[in-house]
Amino acid sequence: MKIHEYQATALFKKFNIPVLPGEVATQLKEAQAIAKQIGYPLVLKAQVLVGGRGKAGGIKVVRNSEDLVKNFEQLKKLVIKGYPVERILIVRAIDIKKEYYVAVTIDPTQNDVVLIASVAGGVDIEETAKKNPQAIKKFYLQGEHTIDLKRWPDFIYSIFPDKASQELGTKIFQNLINLFYQYDCSLAEINPLVQDRGGEWHAADAKINFDDNALFRHGDIQAMSDPKYEEIEELEAKQQGLSFVKLDGNVGCIVNGAGLAMATVDIVKLFGGNPANFLDVGGSSSPEKVLNALKIILRNPKIKAILVNIFGGITRCDDIANGILAARQQLKISVPMVVRLTGTNEEQAKAILAKEKISTYSSMREAIRKVVELAK
Amino acid sequence: MSILIDQNTRLLVQGITGRDGSFHAQKMLEYGTKVVAGVTPGKGGQEVSAVPVFNTVAEAKEKTKANTAVIYVPAKFAKDAMLEDIKAGIELIVCITEGIPTLDMVDVMHALNGTKTRLIGPNCPGLISPGKSKVGIMPGHIHKSGPIGVVSRSGTLTYEVVYNLTLNNLGQSSCVGLGGDPIVGMRFVDVLELFMHDNETKAIVMVGEIGGEDEQMAAEYIWKHIKKPVVGFIAGKMAPKGKRMGHAGAIISSGESTAEAKIKVLQNAGVVVVDAPDEIPAVLSKKLK
Repeated sequence: MKIHEYQATALFKKFNIPVLPGEVATQLKEAQAIAKQIGYPLVLKAQVLVGGRGKAGGIKVVRNSEDLVKNFEQLKKLVIKGYPVERILIVRAIDIKKEYYVAVTIDPTQNDVVLIASVAGGVDIEETAKKNPQAIKKFYLQGEHTIDLKRWPDFIYSIFPDKASQELGTKIFQNLINLFYQYDCSLAEINPLVQDRGGEWHAADAKINFDDNALFRHGDIQAMSDPKYEEIEELEAKQQGLSFVKLDGNVGCIVNGAGLAMATVDIVKLFGGNPANFLDVGGSSSPEKVLNALKIILRNPKIKAILVNIFGGITRCDDIANGILAARQQLKISVPMVVRLTGTNEEQAKAILAKEKISTYSSMREAIRKVVELAK
Repeated sequence: MSILIDQNTRLLVQGITGRDGSFHAQKMLEYGTKVVAGVTPGKGGQEVSAVPVFNTVAEAKEKTKANTAVIYVPAKFAKDAMLEDIKAGIELIVCITEGIPTLDMVDVMHALNGTKTRLIGPNCPGLISPGKSKVGIMPGHIHKSGPIGVVSRSGTLTYEVVYNLTLNNLGQSSCVGLGGDPIVGMRFVDVLELFMHDNETKAIVMVGEIGGEDEQMAAEYIWKHIKKPVVGFIAGKMAPKGKRMGHAGAIISSGESTAEAKIKVLQNAGVVVVDAPDEIPAVLSKKLK
């Protein structure tokens, strides 16, 4: 899960990471009040959860109250990659002397939490990583939740030039680690961490992502979620325990298991068809899940045929068959459906469907060939 | 032979009194697995399918000589279940539970360091050595014993692959489901090494998917060390570009994790990569001649 910059900034503050004085506004009146408090010059930052904000014109520097009115209204009308700007973070503008990149994340290849830093902070950090990887320094926590001070100097000296900044950098990193573990983050990133001409340090941007698997123990974080950034169908699917990703084609797919679901859409494509979605009903699927899955799929007007591909393990094929029957009674299904069932309780399932004159396949290949033909 | 589990495996089931734990304990018993103990804190003294239940792993291990543990406990208790196994000196942990927080797994991996305990999973179907022992949730009847070693990151897709092997009379030495999470215990390389040294295994099937770099590492390992035929399948060609984790994700991953990139490195390592699971048997039969 992602949160907005203003929310991440608040968490930084809570963990004693230096942030710029500022507040978030939705109305011009609020913006004017904030401006009065902080004083000009200011930076207005559109709060959207997509990348490329700066290039899309989502960041403005304003020097006086007229500037503020003009730019605030402009930003409020801005749509960035399909997302209208609702909130604007207003912070004090600073004179930047130096920019650093600082982040904490998980490196799955090392099964470990890694700290990353670079003297080349700013928007081009990924370019730097590709072209000049030596400029990116890494420090692995090796399973610990605090910095191992024995190994630390090599890392911190390579980034920060003098004793004062090394001490501050160490503090910022330890605070980021605390935040990272406290809230089960998958990423906590400051890009850039800046030193201004007066020698002060500020996190000039704040990005935090959270591990969805750990949200159960962080109700306060869940409450920060902005549902606008999820496809309606994907959100609804998630609430019903289904995993759904929309694609461009016309063959609706319902499959159990993520790997088999991916393989199914791949093979639909391989056989000349166009999958409309990826949908994993998960393990131990109840008839209701199948019904809900069909409801979501049928909302797509492009659908010309539906493929149900089930390999029963924990999932019982007869549950799936009953779900299909329930869906046929409750929903108007005007497109043809191809059903492939193999595994646990396959025979019962086939008998249930045969009564309703729904033919079934045992082979995935035959079923996919058939559904691709029907969608043409 | 087979790898990791066989007829001598003595299994302990954590969460045996729960819905999934009791159901699958029964299924594993029916398959012939020696399920010798169950563990649920506070329910020691009970029995499930005539298997004695203990309060702790240490006690269960001492009383029943269990050497392998399978975990069906809810995600929020899974870390403690694994740590308990490691502390008790269990040889092999198989964690079926899905949805475990990633930082919990970082802690578990740290605890595993320097011990002899091996971990498979989490979020995996488990493993089976057909005709000898089944530890997990896969349907036993689709398997058949034979010379093919199967290793996969997926669940039902593995069943699909195995089903096609068995249909074509290609039995399996062992089938291992590694699990789909970013942090898992054993990875392709670890299992490939075991298959390489297992005399019964004559050829290997490797089922990968998008994300991570395990397939790339496997390719390098296969190129250098595997002298047996390997056939591969990679799922996720049609997957939309994954949601990226800020800049740090791009900085961390050194290579591309798309299906195309993985297929290419595997092919370069001499692996035959097929387009569909049912194409695997024909390629294997040719290779085994």
